[in-house]
Amino acid sequence: MSDHALVHKPLGGSYWNPFTRLMVLLAAVAAAIVAWRFANGLGSVANINNGYPWGIWIAIDVVVGTALGCGGYAVGLLVYVLNRGKYHPLVRPAVLTSLLGYGMGTLGVVVDLGRPWLLWKVPIYFWRWTGSPQLEVALCISAYVCVLLIEASPALLERVSKEGSPAWRRRADGLLRGLNRAMPFLLALGLLLPSMHQSSLGTMMLLTGPKLHALWSTSWLPFLFLVSALVMGYGIVVLEAAFSGWAFRRPRETAMLTRLSNVAFWVGLFWVVFRIGEVAIAGELPLALHGRGYAFVVEVLVHLAAVVILASGARRASGAWQTRAALLLVLGGALYRLDTYLVAFMPGANFSYFPALPEMFITIGFFAAEIAIYVWAVRRFPILAGHAAAAR
Amino acid sequence: MGSTDRRTLLKSIALTGGAVAAGSVPAVAYEKKSAPPAAMGMLYDTTRCIGCKACVFACQQANDLEPERDASGLHLAPADLDGRTKNVIKLYKDGDRRSYVKAQCMHCVDPACAAACMLGSLHKDEITGVVGWNPTYCVGCRYCQMACPFDVPKFEFDKAIPKLVKCELCRHRIQGAVAEKDASGFTRYPQGHGPACAEVCPREAVIYGRRDELLDEANRRIAESPGKYFKDHLYGETEAGGTQVLYLSHLPFDKLGLPGYGDTSVPTAAYSVQETLYKGFIAPVALYGVLAAVMLRNRKKEEKSEKEERS
Repeated sequence: MSDHALVHKPLGGSYWNPFTRLMVLLAAVAAAIVAWRFANGLGSVANINNGYPWGIWIAIDVVVGTALGCGGYAVGLLVYVLNRGKYHPLVRPAVLTSLLGYGMGTLGVVVDLGRPWLLWKVPIYFWRWTGSPQLEVALCISAYVCVLLIEASPALLERVSKEGSPAWRRRADGLLRGLNRAMPFLLALGLLLPSMHQSSLGTMMLLTGPKLHALWSTSWLPFLFLVSALVMGYGIVVLEAAFSGWAFRRPRETAMLTRLSNVAFWVGLFWVVFRIGEVAIAGELPLALHGRGYAFVVEVLVHLAAVVILASGARRASGAWQTRAALLLVLGGALYRLDTYLVAFMPGANFSYFPALPEMFITIGFFAAEIAIYVWAVRRFPILAGHAAAAR
Repeated sequence: MGSTDRRTLLKSIALTGGAVAAGSVPAVAYEKKSAPPAAMGMLYDTTRCIGCKACVFACQQANDLEPERDASGLHLAPADLDGRTKNVIKLYKDGDRRSYVKAQCMHCVDPACAAACMLGSLHKDEITGVVGWNPTYCVGCRYCQMACPFDVPKFEFDKAIPKLVKCELCRHRIQGAVAEKDASGFTRYPQGHGPACAEVCPREAVIYGRRDELLDEANRRIAESPGKYFKDHLYGETEAGGTQVLYLSHLPFDKLGLPGYGDTSVPTAAYSVQETLYKGFIAPVALYGVLAAVMLRNRKKEEKSEKEERS
């Protein structure tokens, strides 16, 4: 915990520009559609149906969205468990994106639930808890959002401690000291909870039994989802660094991202080998060459392309190639999750599903809101680390 | 099914290996479920059904379901189970080969819907084995629909305050009545208190009673006319871990929307994994302990090196 050695600074500057306006507009459109959905039922805005009860809101907003929020988890694992302190400047922005990803995922669930007004009973009525993998996911994700809020709170408290009235400063400093002491236990929780619910997201689809395509149906699902959370987590951290470099014209932390790309290479390589190997050992590789099997091929090829890019040391050291590889890793992981929850799900020939336009706008709005809040937060709060500290 | 089983086994072995290596959790074998002794069920026989659909309309009436209407207000016959249909008759036709088939909840011995349900809103009755829905705890997540291998639970997607709709074997009609063995030899409720579809069937194509009695009756019919029924097989005795609604058919079952599931229940794979990882919550607590210990050690190291730097 050498936070004090790092200089986290708010970016400052003005918030509004054409890009942020567009993001806020998209989020507002989504909010209006959400209001309509609550007044008129799920079917009034979405094409989800009795055969495909889960559409893109679950597959993308929640299952992909929370994995996009695994940057904090993936980097935390390096920094705190493997004690690679050099990645420390990445922690705060990663925790912020994690909070946004998980926050939006949770809101996405509420929009998707048919009877959300009863949701409060889930954490409280513990005597009615079943062994449902989804219960594990629900409890664990809510707990993790709380942990992320606390992990992200130093950015807010530091601002108060600089700018607040003397009384508030004292309070903020006291809290910061307390947080610093409790941090190891909190961080351990911040690593345990994603390990639990990200794997359970895989277990969840095991319960669809014969309706899940053989290429995706395996008892290794929880393990695959855990590894895919890491694949996407490392990808998203690199992408985020590229985004702040581009959006805020900040110097790129290329040296650190090179080392991170090295980690991403090994995790990505492990993914490709394990995914193909597991299917091959189960004797299901021939299934890849027809129907839904092509989705498997695409998914693996996208991962493979990232691994091939990262295999060369020269490309790992190049900012442009780092970003391309990271984009492919995030895309590959997102495809794997989308495939498992939608493409590989086969309720029978009587049913079909393709998202409706308003349904897509809600998903788009969620991502737009995440970006809008991210830009606002890094401009107002000490989240991004100063260049001098990064080169330490 | 075979390959899934093999992979389940492989996974269990790996998990056991991992757990033993971590020195904490023993792998937990998921217990195979059997139907409660007094489980109620139905037996449907395609050779007796004439497709009159009396059962479809009796079901709508008994369950207060508003049927779909056309523009002029005429009732339409439902094409499939949906938010206003808990029981439906379909026709399979391929040249001369034709058969009606009835679809409703199968009341699985080990129901995937209940295994999916977070607060037990879908619950298998301990005595009758009927899978009922309790609106008090349902958040409308629809995981039950994802899990059900027979696509039975339906959701009111067109309503702002939606309900889950599925056959509950007319449990609301029992109203305190007691099921007793009657002249037919089956344990039944007094007329008007049992499943409406079975009570109105003019051909006894669908009958109800205790599951063990229905198993005997089905086996009697098979023994009486060997070759009459497809592979002399009774569907539901073992399929997907067993169901309380049983089917006899003269045509292949998979033509009638009854896929050839193995005798492993759907929740087995997911619950084997889940129970191995979470039994007694030992593994998560152990992992937390390790993580916290590593972090405390790292922090001490860091503080020490910082002190050295300063001095």
